[in-house]
Amino acid sequence: MGEYFLAFEKPLYELRQKVQELREQQALSALDLSRELNSLEEKLKNMQRKVYSNLSRWERVQVARHPNRPTSLEYIKNMVENFVELSGDRNFRDDKAVITGLGMIGTHKVAFIGQEKGKGTNDKIFRNFGMMHPEGYRKALRVMHLAQKFGLPIVILIDTPGAYPGIGAEERGQAEAIARNQFEMAQLKTPIVIVIIGEGASGGALGIGLGDVILMLENSWYSVISPEGCAAILWRDRGEAPKAAQALRLCATDLMELKMIDRILPEPPGGAHWDPITAINTVKIEISNELDKLKNIPYPQLIQARINKYRVMGAWEEN
Amino acid sequence: MAWFNKIAKGIQQQKPKEIPDGLWLKCESCQEIIYRKELEKKLWVCPNCGFHIKIDASRYLQILSDENSFQEKDALLRSTDPLNFSDSKSYPERVKEAVKKTGLNSALLSGTCTISGIRVSLAIMDFRFIGGSMGSVVGEKVARAIERAIELKIPLLIVCASGGARMQEGILSLMQMAKTSALLSILSEKKLPYLTILTNPTTAGVMASYASLGDVIIAEPKALLGFAGPRVIKQTIGKELPENFQTSEFFREHGFIDIIAERKNLKVVVSQLLKYLYLPK
Repeated sequence: MGEYFLAFEKPLYELRQKVQELREQQALSALDLSRELNSLEEKLKNMQRKVYSNLSRWERVQVARHPNRPTSLEYIKNMVENFVELSGDRNFRDDKAVITGLGMIGTHKVAFIGQEKGKGTNDKIFRNFGMMHPEGYRKALRVMHLAQKFGLPIVILIDTPGAYPGIGAEERGQAEAIARNQFEMAQLKTPIVIVIIGEGASGGALGIGLGDVILMLENSWYSVISPEGCAAILWRDRGEAPKAAQALRLCATDLMELKMIDRILPEPPGGAHWDPITAINTVKIEISNELDKLKNIPYPQLIQARINKYRVMGAWEEN
Repeated sequence: MAWFNKIAKGIQQQKPKEIPDGLWLKCESCQEIIYRKELEKKLWVCPNCGFHIKIDASRYLQILSDENSFQEKDALLRSTDPLNFSDSKSYPERVKEAVKKTGLNSALLSGTCTISGIRVSLAIMDFRFIGGSMGSVVGEKVARAIERAIELKIPLLIVCASGGARMQEGILSLMQMAKTSALLSILSEKKLPYLTILTNPTTAGVMASYASLGDVIIAEPKALLGFAGPRVIKQTIGKELPENFQTSEFFREHGFIDIIAERKNLKVVVSQLLKYLYLPK
């Protein structure tokens, strides 16, 4: 893990440094430091819990964007066995901001779709920071149709700062691509499990986000617009993003309260980037469980339940 | 010069965005001064340059429906404040102002009517109401309009005018895209025609859901359409945008719009399409 840390993580990193130093000392000396080591490690865990249970919404957005937070590729590596990557939308090109393919999650054969932001500058540029173009949405849809044809359930990981706003994206129908995917996904005759693993920015996320079960990692966010975008419009200042994040109620606990998601998946103390393997393992187990539950539901019933799930979303009064 | 800038800015802020009162009006596109009665006769299309001035839902209803055929539905649906949202103003305050300004309860007028004798489920967005933004109420009214079409086995027509999803309802607004798109998939399975008319502007969340899903998509000339707003795109790419970018004409050229129809022809175009797609052979 690199040395990047968020402002509120600083004391945690300092304490972890101490634990590591003590461990090195222990290795070199004959003295028994295990008691000190244990108590220090305990202290670190408590501190992680304390810091992370009191995060503001804006701080959680920072965690969701943490450079060391595991992205779809790491999930594939640690969660999907015998992965066969599939490329292209058969129309324009292969969008690198989304990875699609076939693989095994536990005992389940699945079609996998994951938004990939990239790690490090060059990779991020290669992946367009996880911002899909219309051809990315169409690539995902092609693989979903493939899954339907051959009876494979679909697993989707969401992690995007938004669909790409550019000239080419508009020329090739960004809005149409996102609309079409929702329309098609509503009727897919195969189970769809969605996990929001980092950022769920608006239509960019929803364009591959309609499914039977929606799970959200503890420190991820999902909303109608990014905090910066909202701040720019309503406060006329992107710098007010912390206020916008607070107002938008975009954290996992908010979405659970608002009945927009099915479940929150807990992250290891300190967040997924402190212990990616544990985080990924949680996601793997949860997906596997959901697939077990969904696989025996006849598809007319599945589709009806899927549409009903969205049919009841919203808040209004009528009198 | 500070005082001058202030005054100039003040004047600018008073620039009319919707149809103002008064006998003479200035076209916001060609700046021509036009007699109000003349504009009314031309359905609020500038006689000089053909610019389609924004009009409200009741005017579209007049233009499209047969006289006295409209029955409004779901008129009492009103926004609540699920997030307890507040920026410079609280969300309930904004809604209250919009209700007062427009005399409507929401940004969408819906019901059934006949168009050249054909009964349709109709929904018309009203841009004056918080920029025609789609929150739970708009989403729910669209959903019910779709269900009405299914239940009565009649076509659906939606006239769109919207800046996108309503931020003040956060994730609930976003999910209206999924809700409406999912219900449209049922309408489609039932083989009932769905037509959309895109007017200036139709962007973001509305464009990325029901506006783009019509069996046939009609747009008024030179409307601003698209996923992202032009300002956001300009900021992202750091370049000037090409001329006519994100207009109706641009999207027809790129294959996303079927027909560009002037306002005066909308009803004829819709009737013709319904005859082909809906009426028995």
